[in-house]
Amino acid sequence: MQWETVIGLEVHVQLATQSKIFSASSTQFGAEPNTQACALDLAMPGTLPVLNQQAVNYAIMLGLAINADINPLSVFERKNYFYPDLPKGYQTSQLEEPIVGPGVVNIQLPDGSHKAIRIHHAHLEEDAGKSLHEDFHGMSGIDLNRAGTPLIEIVSEPDMRSKEEAVAFAKKLHAIVTCLGISDGDMSQGSMRFDVNVSIRPKGEQTLGTRTETKNLNSFRFMEEAIVLEVERQIDLVEDGLKVKQETRLYDSDKKQSRSMRSKEEANDYRYFPCPDLLPVAIAQDHIESIRQSLPELPDAKQQRFIDSYGLSEADAAQLCDDRATADYFEIVAKETDDARLAANWIMGELSAKLNRESIAISHSPITASQLAKLLLRIKDNTISGKIAKQVFESMWQEGSDPDDIIEKQGLKQLSDSGAIETMVDEVLAQNPDMVDEYLAEQVEKKKKKKFNAIVGRVMQASKGKANPGQVNQILQQKLSR
Amino acid sequence: MHTKTIAELVRGLHNRDFSSEELTRHFLRRIEQLDERYNSFISLTAEQALAQARQADQRLADSNETSLLCGIPLAQKDIFCTQGVRTSCGSKMLDNFIPPYNATVIQRLNDAGCVSLGKTNMDEFAMGSSNETSYYGPVRNPWDRECVPGGSSGGSAAAVSACLAPGATGTDTGGSIRQPASHCGVTGLKPTYGRVSRYGMIAFASSLDQGGPMTRTAEDAALLMNVMAGFDEKDSTSIDHAVPDFTTNLNNDLKGLRIGLPVEYFGDGLDVGIQNAIEQAIKTFESLGATVCDVHLPHTNLAIPAYYVIAPAEASANLSRYDGVRYGYRCEDPQDLFDLYTRTRAEGFGDEVKRRILVGTYALSAGYYDAYYRQAQRIRRLIKNDFVAAFEQVDVIMGPTTPTPAFKLGEKSTDPVAMYLGDIYTIAVNLAGVPGLSIPAGLVDSKPVGLQIIGNYFDESRMLNIAHRFQQVTDWHKQTAPGIDS
Repeated sequence: MQWETVIGLEVHVQLATQSKIFSASSTQFGAEPNTQACALDLAMPGTLPVLNQQAVNYAIMLGLAINADINPLSVFERKNYFYPDLPKGYQTSQLEEPIVGPGVVNIQLPDGSHKAIRIHHAHLEEDAGKSLHEDFHGMSGIDLNRAGTPLIEIVSEPDMRSKEEAVAFAKKLHAIVTCLGISDGDMSQGSMRFDVNVSIRPKGEQTLGTRTETKNLNSFRFMEEAIVLEVERQIDLVEDGLKVKQETRLYDSDKKQSRSMRSKEEANDYRYFPCPDLLPVAIAQDHIESIRQSLPELPDAKQQRFIDSYGLSEADAAQLCDDRATADYFEIVAKETDDARLAANWIMGELSAKLNRESIAISHSPITASQLAKLLLRIKDNTISGKIAKQVFESMWQEGSDPDDIIEKQGLKQLSDSGAIETMVDEVLAQNPDMVDEYLAEQVEKKKKKKFNAIVGRVMQASKGKANPGQVNQILQQKLSR
Repeated sequence: MHTKTIAELVRGLHNRDFSSEELTRHFLRRIEQLDERYNSFISLTAEQALAQARQADQRLADSNETSLLCGIPLAQKDIFCTQGVRTSCGSKMLDNFIPPYNATVIQRLNDAGCVSLGKTNMDEFAMGSSNETSYYGPVRNPWDRECVPGGSSGGSAAAVSACLAPGATGTDTGGSIRQPASHCGVTGLKPTYGRVSRYGMIAFASSLDQGGPMTRTAEDAALLMNVMAGFDEKDSTSIDHAVPDFTTNLNNDLKGLRIGLPVEYFGDGLDVGIQNAIEQAIKTFESLGATVCDVHLPHTNLAIPAYYVIAPAEASANLSRYDGVRYGYRCEDPQDLFDLYTRTRAEGFGDEVKRRILVGTYALSAGYYDAYYRQAQRIRRLIKNDFVAAFEQVDVIMGPTTPTPAFKLGEKSTDPVAMYLGDIYTIAVNLAGVPGLSIPAGLVDSKPVGLQIIGNYFDESRMLNIAHRFQQVTDWHKQTAPGIDS
């Protein structure tokens, strides 16, 4: 049997407001527990919420970026359940009247094809605190610093058919929210978290299968792993003649396992009702228009501009537009070197490999865009070769110093003195007469070229990589054709 | 000194007849000597009161002091958070709760130089009409100590009635200012919803709760409203509506005033003595130049059922925060999270609170929401429309505040429905959000009768004017309970 996977995503994005959605407490990450929790965040009696207008504006920006309707009147509701890190015993969220109505996100798949993923809605809500289960001798600690951090939850339609589509969608949302500047998008700090709804059905079948929801995945990779695992689990169940149960599951990224958290029968009855402490959020059309006017360039438009004005391929442009920090980095390097392709190659190659290996965000890269540009300019003006540049790059990464200083200090300047190169070539030819003979005797063009390159290699070796390869080629050509 | 109105005390303070400290000591002494009869206070804050009084005296020594209420002692319902002073809301759950902030109402009164004598008794979380649900024991009605003072602001009403304080704060969700004011023979105003900030006022049913003054006269209520009312950015439901000087129009002529009598408020269940007293009061208004006609509030009979869905629904969520995790009561030695929750709430809440949490939770449950909560909201709109239509014909609506005078302690405490029905004339006012005022208008069996004046949105100034004119030609508000010496 051929199975089709159906995926829908719920994406929680932390909004980058200074203060919480209903209180004046800071939203800064990483403070000592409970130092950023005021009386309201602790749900002390009599405290009342006041809506953060910036959170509303950010939600409007998101809505505009995904071509969605902005509801002129949206309503906060109370979602009731008991949990120690939920101080009020309800989460203030939106249900029947969310701020952002249906929209669409266009994704590009690895094979270059495009697909539109429909957004069901997006709503504003407050984050919960954190329960800390270690270090408290059989008890749990509660940290309410995160309680009340504004979230926008973006709910897709079940439009994705593979893990690749799901990842592309998630990355595109990440690109959009970071580009808008409404979230720092820092996955390691939980700024973006995914709930994945997965079901399977026989290929060609129209009705949806029973879905499961795997909650709280905080990286693209974990999301991909969880999908693979869940699809396999569901196929195994069905092929064994069993049924998929509607349930909420948790994925353990260390053990690469998932387990059931609660079944549909055990699901909470959240008893949503409109929050009487908050008025409906009224948004005037001209306010929406003024936000529309001030929207930054969105990833799709940016990608097209990178193709048009920098002459990049669609794939390269897409990769660079994945997040705003990368795109901004690229634009600085491209402008300062006036060589977009060289800039793109270095950023997507050397730099991103290094960043990935050390799990550093590009915004925290030890080599700034301007420093990288300076390095690339030294390749372009023939001060160093591309190969030596990688060595300089490494030193820059370690020491954080200026490329010119490194080139100077380590004596890496490219050798372009044709007299000196000629001397070096002569020496190599004298030391390797058999290589010269073999080269001269070779008749097959391809093999002859290979033998030539081997001699070039010897010269470069002798120069410790510093000889200008073009000049070496040229001089060697002349010597050997005599 | 203690039978004087706030207006008289203001003059006395400004004429240096007595100091705020003397005044405060006098009331503190009365409370210490007499309150064991009434149990109207949960906490007395004598030291803080005297410190505030001395500060007020310093302010008063400066001839530029403009705050009229500077130096006036008041009692605060224990539902208003007071910084550094235990705020129990009448519940074991908050018996140990000391707020690190002041309610906006408290802050405004403090800033005006008022002195806070203490925190008054109340039904637990303001859920009750008799003050019998308080964790701190029932309050007794100064007019008849075998009777309830009404609720939930029963402590405030009794304290003013027994001259333990010249005025007090109260809150009103379904009649909790007006009904005890009626039963204790004092003046109580529930302002328009949104007129007085709810910040720091412990929530029962957020869309209905409203704070207001409880005093001996309409003039005193106007003086307190001048300080209590006003927009507060900390309360999203407070309304940015111009606040008048509520004393300005007190003496306006009532000639041509159109009074509507809701037919539905004079039907079955209304005590004959009360009906007579109300009709007598209406005649007084006619003699002052008002015209009277019948009006209809056709959805009156739906108010109690709608209220007992909406208020418990909101309460069920509002009271979820009392979970034993962060503050307040926590059960001994919890075995696990479930045990912590269930025992904390089972032990910390009283029966009436539990009953309302259960009712509210049920009304919001999947499958019942449309039949109860949504339906109740529809009724609420109909009730609001009733008032809007009535105010197209008349300026104010008048009727009894309660169908019977104060009842005996224990008489209705085992029959919640009978208790709920006592709020028949007050509840619709909260559902509509309009202001309601209760003033003394007679005695039945030596127990006070309250006349309810219901006004249009933000029309408190005219309501107080009407009440003040009535109080100029009657003396029901001057009568004190037996045993209260002047």
